[in-house]
Amino acid sequence: MTRLPDAPGIGFKPEHFEAIRATRPDLGFFEIHAENYMGAGGVPHAQLTALRADYALSLHGVGLSIGGPGRLDSDHLTRLRALIDRYHPESFSEHLAWASHGEAYLNDLLPLPYTPQTLRIVCDHIDEVQERLGCTMLLENPATYVLFEQSTLPETDFLAEVVKRTGCGLLLDVNNVFVSASNHRFDPRAYLEAFPMQAVGEIHLAGHATEDLPSGPLLIDAHCCPVAEPVWTLYAEVIARTGPRPSLIEWDNDVPALPVLLAEAARAGPVLARAGALTDA
Amino acid sequence: MTMMTRTLTLTASLATAMTLAAAQAHAEGAMEKCYGVAMAGQNDCAAGPGTTCAGTATMDYQGNAWKLVPAGTCTTITTPHGMGSLEPIKDM
Amino acid sequence: MPEAPFSTAFAAGLLGGAVPPGVTARDPAEAERRFAVYRNNVAHGLTRALASRFPVIERLLGAAFFTALAPLFIAAHPPASPRLFEWGAAFPDFLRTFPPLAGLPYLADVARLEMARGAAYHAADLRPLSPAALAALASTPDTARLVLHPSVQIIASDHAVGTIWAMNQPGAAPHDITDRPETVAVLRDRALNVQVWPLTSPETAFVAALRDALPLLTAAQAATRHDPRFDPAPLIGRLMQAGAFIAEPEEMP
Repeated sequence: MTRLPDAPGIGFKPEHFEAIRATRPDLGFFEIHAENYMGAGGVPHAQLTALRADYALSLHGVGLSIGGPGRLDSDHLTRLRALIDRYHPESFSEHLAWASHGEAYLNDLLPLPYTPQTLRIVCDHIDEVQERLGCTMLLENPATYVLFEQSTLPETDFLAEVVKRTGCGLLLDVNNVFVSASNHRFDPRAYLEAFPMQAVGEIHLAGHATEDLPSGPLLIDAHCCPVAEPVWTLYAEVIARTGPRPSLIEWDNDVPALPVLLAEAARAGPVLARAGALTDA
Repeated sequence: MTMMTRTLTLTASLATAMTLAAAQAHAEGAMEKCYGVAMAGQNDCAAGPGTTCAGTATMDYQGNAWKLVPAGTCTTITTPHGMGSLEPIKDM
Repeated sequence: MPEAPFSTAFAAGLLGGAVPPGVTARDPAEAERRFAVYRNNVAHGLTRALASRFPVIERLLGAAFFTALAPLFIAAHPPASPRLFEWGAAFPDFLRTFPPLAGLPYLADVARLEMARGAAYHAADLRPLSPAALAALASTPDTARLVLHPSVQIIASDHAVGTIWAMNQPGAAPHDITDRPETVAVLRDRALNVQVWPLTSPETAFVAALRDALPLLTAAQAATRHDPRFDPAPLIGRLMQAGAFIAEPEEMP
């Protein structure tokens, strides 16, 4: 499912490359967005090759459109396979979302209704991905801002059924749970209670933004800032149940200096260590 | 110079040029790869600016917007068609 | 005939259409504002992607104009693939034919230059020609061919593209210029930096001939038609130094 170490990791930002090379921070892994490494050569591959030599690597796709009704882009699968064959990442993950419609790539993680029909489509797509890439993938739960009247399945049931039918693992984004729970006024702990934890191969943590709407706050998964305290609390509760898991800090907007990001990742260390001590006991 | 002489001269100067360039490259040794300057990655999975964003106002270009905006730099670039500043257009 | 998938109306709503049927929120009165998060993400994300491909165009137009222009381009020419760094090939022509920009005829060629820089940045990694191999070719300049790295591109313009581009780089001081035809070479050097070199007309003829895989002597002859005193040594030296010549296939490991 994943061979990432059960340790903190961070999303790789090219602006941190020199600082990483100079300081060799003690991190479990780096995660990259696959689409940014789909050119033929140049700086992205030079940096990734150097990074890969020193660290475990998580390949995280954003453009496959697994949750869309259209056929998967076969060329895109070929490009992902080429990246996997070249860099041998310890993990490949993608999103329960869609990003392309017809010929247009919309560059956002868009939501889908949860129905038996969309479940079948997602499972077919994951079967195809795992076959073409020759590995088991992790599927990430989304942060959402709207609901669909046509949805008949809770998100957790949908994900559990995907795991059962395809054998894939899950990437549990705790911030996404918190964002969706706040936006749709459900209890994040009830969601996590129903989440198929045995399938979780990686955790994501990120900061969100807040806007005030008449009915209350609207949370945006902006990856713009430190992880919120209630998300850290939920994270500790999750890790207490799952045991240590690879845990990633995502910070993509208003990217801080490397030490700030490392300090944020370091907060996961004691949580993982506590769970590890319990597991070992 | 005859055509033949010219060709011979050119051939000789090319030979010299290549020998010089090769020697110069030897002298410099292997240039250390500094991984270049990164152009920012463009794909990520973060969400943008929420519900308020000027970028999404649907605009046809008869709108007033095009009449309001000046060029970004205050430099004058004189072109054969006149000064290269943004000319607001009248209703189309 | 199956009913249209949910994503058809959703995608239309993102690009300026109505909130798709079935999309709701815990407080249904807020469905529109919550759907707007997706609309904004798409518009903002693609606008920033376009700006990062064409930073000088954004600077020349100003952020407000660029932000207003981008959604029109996005609607007409959305990315066809998740590889956003390839997107924008239609942008130069879009700028050329956009009526409010008729007074800035050089924009399209500046955009072509920025497009070429992106292509050079991502071009394939190929082993540069070794000094020994170049020295060996010196004995046969009449038949020798120097193969250019795929990052090497020539941008010829009726406008001062190279000067305009250079004076809109970070740290450069804009100054008044007179527009005139310019040609530049775009290439990626051995340290992987993308460079923009102004080319004289004989230099352009020389590089263009190499690009067309013509023998070195033919390339030099093409250059001397523009300037009989053309000396190929400085240009060959600079190209070699930059790693712009690549090894022939048989020299590859």
